[in-house]
Amino acid sequence: MKERLQQLQQEALEKIEQANDLKALNDVRVAYLGKKSPITEVLRGMGALSPEERPIMGALVNDVREAIQRALEAKQATLEQEEVEKKLASEAIDVTLPGRPIRRGNHHPLTRVIEEIEDLFIGMGYTIAEGPEVEQDYYNFEALNLPKGHPARDMQDSFYITEEILLRTHTSPVQARTMEKHEGRGPVKIICPGKVYRRDNDDATHSHQFTQIEGLVVDENVRMSDLKGTLREFARKMFGEDRDIRFRPSFFPFTEPSVEVDVSCANCGGHGCNVCKGTGWIEILGAGMVHPNVLEMAGFDSKKYTGFAFGMGPERIAMLKYGIDDIRHFYQNDIRFLQQFNRV
Amino acid sequence: MFVSYKWLQQYVDLTGITAKELADRITKAGIEVESVEVRNKGIQGVVIGHVLEREQHPNADKLSKCLVDIGEGEPVQIICGAPNVAKGQKVAVAKVGAVLPGNFKIKRAKLRGEESNGMICSLQELGVESKLVPKEYADGIFVFPSDAPVGADALELLYLDDEVLELGLTPNRADCLSMIGVAYEVAAILGRSVKLPAIELHENNESVHDYISVRVDAPEDNPLYAGRIVKNVKIGPSPLWMQARLMAAGIRPHNNVVDITNYILLEYGQPLHAFDYDRLGSKEIVVRRAKAGETIETLDDVERTLTEDHLVITNGKEPVALAGVMGGANSEVCDETVNVFIEAAYFNGATIRQAVKDHGLRSESSTRFEKGIDPARTKEALDRAAALMAEYASGEVVGGVVEVNTLTKKEVVVTITLDRINRVLGTTITKEEVGGILTNLQFTFTEDNGTFTIAVPSRRRDIAIEEDIIEEVARLYGYDHLPATLPIGEAKPGKLTPYQAKRRHVRRYLEDAGLFQAITYSLTNEAKATMFALETAQPIRLALPMSEERSVLRQSLVPHLLEAASYNRARQVENVALYEIGSVYLANGENELPNEKERLAGVLTGVWHVHLWQGEKKAVDFYVVKGILDGLFALLGLENRIEYKQAKREHLHPGRTAEILLDHKTIGFVGQLHPNVQKQFDLKETYVFELDLEALLKAEVADIRYTAIPRFPSITRDIALVVDEHIVAGELQKAIIAAGGELLKDVSIFDVYKGDRLPDGKKSLAFSLRYYDPERTLTDEEVTNVHEQVIKAVEQQFGATLRG
Ligand SMILES: [Zn+2]
Repeated sequence: MKERLQQLQQEALEKIEQANDLKALNDVRVAYLGKKSPITEVLRGMGALSPEERPIMGALVNDVREAIQRALEAKQATLEQEEVEKKLASEAIDVTLPGRPIRRGNHHPLTRVIEEIEDLFIGMGYTIAEGPEVEQDYYNFEALNLPKGHPARDMQDSFYITEEILLRTHTSPVQARTMEKHEGRGPVKIICPGKVYRRDNDDATHSHQFTQIEGLVVDENVRMSDLKGTLREFARKMFGEDRDIRFRPSFFPFTEPSVEVDVSCANCGGHGCNVCKGTGWIEILGAGMVHPNVLEMAGFDSKKYTGFAFGMGPERIAMLKYGIDDIRHFYQNDIRFLQQFNRV
Repeated sequence: MFVSYKWLQQYVDLTGITAKELADRITKAGIEVESVEVRNKGIQGVVIGHVLEREQHPNADKLSKCLVDIGEGEPVQIICGAPNVAKGQKVAVAKVGAVLPGNFKIKRAKLRGEESNGMICSLQELGVESKLVPKEYADGIFVFPSDAPVGADALELLYLDDEVLELGLTPNRADCLSMIGVAYEVAAILGRSVKLPAIELHENNESVHDYISVRVDAPEDNPLYAGRIVKNVKIGPSPLWMQARLMAAGIRPHNNVVDITNYILLEYGQPLHAFDYDRLGSKEIVVRRAKAGETIETLDDVERTLTEDHLVITNGKEPVALAGVMGGANSEVCDETVNVFIEAAYFNGATIRQAVKDHGLRSESSTRFEKGIDPARTKEALDRAAALMAEYASGEVVGGVVEVNTLTKKEVVVTITLDRINRVLGTTITKEEVGGILTNLQFTFTEDNGTFTIAVPSRRRDIAIEEDIIEEVARLYGYDHLPATLPIGEAKPGKLTPYQAKRRHVRRYLEDAGLFQAITYSLTNEAKATMFALETAQPIRLALPMSEERSVLRQSLVPHLLEAASYNRARQVENVALYEIGSVYLANGENELPNEKERLAGVLTGVWHVHLWQGEKKAVDFYVVKGILDGLFALLGLENRIEYKQAKREHLHPGRTAEILLDHKTIGFVGQLHPNVQKQFDLKETYVFELDLEALLKAEVADIRYTAIPRFPSITRDIALVVDEHIVAGELQKAIIAAGGELLKDVSIFDVYKGDRLPDGKKSLAFSLRYYDPERTLTDEEVTNVHEQVIKAVEQQFGATLRG
């Protein structure tokens, strides 16, 4: 009987090994562990054994059944795995075919530059002030220390609508309006981005409509060195940490002292190249200490308060940053131009 | 302002400083030197020659055969083509071996059989611009004064070995519109002193008052008028050095008297005018406003009609000069002039500017009056001019000056403390440093315990307040020495306003939805200004447009977006999706600012989505655009407050246009372009929208509040309704929602059918309705009850029937 059992086990294990699909394996299960299997028959024949032999033989039968069961399970797992792999193999695709495109537009490059500058100054505690593009002569000129008859405000250079109303020529009137709203109390810390207009013929370097960003800080004890520090911070964040700035004396009616601000050329690192015309420096900003007349007209006591202001042109910055050669690109809205600014 | 480096040395010692270095120093201190022109364009070997003999070339009518002494051994034979060459002249000779501009080498040559050992040069051949060459030498060689030393370097005599600095002057620095003014600036930068010209004036025993009297009827326009008489002048060329300096400064020499007035203008910045005394027509000068319609023929032979805005110099009867701008032809100095009346005046800048503008006449004189001259130097300049006329035109200066002077002399004194300078600049400059800078500027000052009291010289009209002094100190101290600090006051966080923040979200949403941001012009033409406008107003027109195309402010963003689409299409970019956020301008009353309203608009045309190998291709249609807008309204939390209404609008397809309402108020539109407009802009099927961005962004929206995630199952029922064709889905949906009450959570449309299987004039709309109660599981009966109410409602309101 023992031999018989060992022979059955041997037989069953061989058949399990040979089974090559789940159905064949199940046939083996039924044949050797089912109700009609020879092992079951052996069990039935146990009654003929002596009480001493019965437990021994019982244990043997169980060992055999367990061995077969284990082999079945192992084979089943193997076969199932093979089945899955076959299915997956049949599902293979060509991963090099193009994906379903996501349609995506993007910021205009000027907005890209303006938002970057806005965020940079917001980080330094500024808020963003906006104002009308059609302005009163008073805010565009007079409040900025450009009284009537001043040579810098020729009719020929500005788009007037009436004698008192014009398209603003800079975003400075927003500064004047903001200061006025503060009713002589500081601090004022603003950035003014927006569209401005000048009576220019459109060509590669001129545009009758363009954008500007100006900044203004008015408080007690604002120093010109603060202007230098602030703009150096700006230049480094905008153009690279190793940039430097320099001030060159200049003249604007609304600031005194007035300076033009150069940033060391990012293209050549300041050694001189064709971008910076060999000087190592690129003019980026106009700036200065707010003229006492401007402070006083806006209701600030110029003995108590000082301030600085600066202004720059996003077009120029975008042209430098991205190597754009013609200002008209910004206003033609050629998709082939716009979509070049579609990534971080 | 052109500054001759060589000339400038007369007033300030420039030893050890090249023109280039000087230019850098001047720029750093505040006046931008725009260029440094080296006047010698590569010339070598040009000397003064003496024409000993001149005879006709035997074989050529237009050539002369000259024997010229060039100061080296035997005289040489030179063939010359200039019509004005003559025996006895001193001329510029390019010797054999010489080089002229453009690397033109002079060689020994034979011209029509005659040997030529060099070339007699015109000024143009030496690189002088034609417009600066004295008229009499314009078509020939330049003749030097007879005392020019033979063999001397011609370039040196002509100041062609010079360098010229071009100063880009800002309007505040009119003081540097003169050589003496520049000398003061350079002296301040270098810490050197200024040498003013010595004036040796010899007057005769006569009195100027016997010759002329002056009356000023317009003292506001002309606070100072002074004059002198110089008798018995001999008109001729001015000295070579003067001509050379004038040419270096960009002024063409004429004759000694005129050149002297121009020379003084450059030296002192004081415009002068020389009248032919005998042609004045009277013995009096009256300065007054012109009468309307009065005329004057100016020096340029143009008859000009005047108005009461213009100031004229008259002889008591008629104008003899347009004050400060140009003299009259009737009293012009000419070759026959014997007696000269020199005018030195101070005219009001605004008056002169008006005349310049009205007559389109800008001169060296008017520029200086417009920017403001130093009246303290007016009479000194007059004296120097008279002295020079005596010296170089053999004139005789009549004793005394005629003068009308209503100037109120006020000395500018500025008081400032060292502390204030350092507080404004953020520096630690010492009072010794400040004192040194003021000394170099040649400002007289006293200093007491850190307080400076400064008397500002009248030449520096730009300095009147403390800040002006701070600027002088800062620029001469050097901005490179300024520390870099950050503002100290209280630090508040900066942030966007809610409006600005939402506007950024809108931009990003539209871009992520597939649209590119456009920026177009605000100025357009009259026809396009009101096209597509949500609200229209009287067009706002520029007073002085540059072109009709850019003459009126826009009232809608759509026309320029269509132009952009058209621009792209013309360049084979057929698929265009653009949006713009920008202002439109709606007029209020005259002399009132218009309403500027921020709008959001878009244009979409061509293929929207293409993924061909998986069989997907979708052209832009109404629902593509509507879907984008729906997403936008959802982004802003407004989706349940928005309505689309079938509408007819000009320029849009009458059957494919919707007005968009927010809280029952129209805030925009979306639609297909009318075929006529499509054609006008050269486009294919195109969709546009425009929205009142302010209405969208300013609408009050509740903050996000969490609601419980559904815990109980929901039940979905579908219905297909057959209705008359004209009934719109939105209305049906609204009725369903109203009838469904609390339990109905979602209604979506999943099928629209029109066709053979339905009677004519009917369509079927299929809706999927989802019922849900957050508190419990709904029973079938409950849902059926509500669902039947819904069906009853649409039956009653729309005559809808359930589709079999
Ligand atoms: Zn560079």
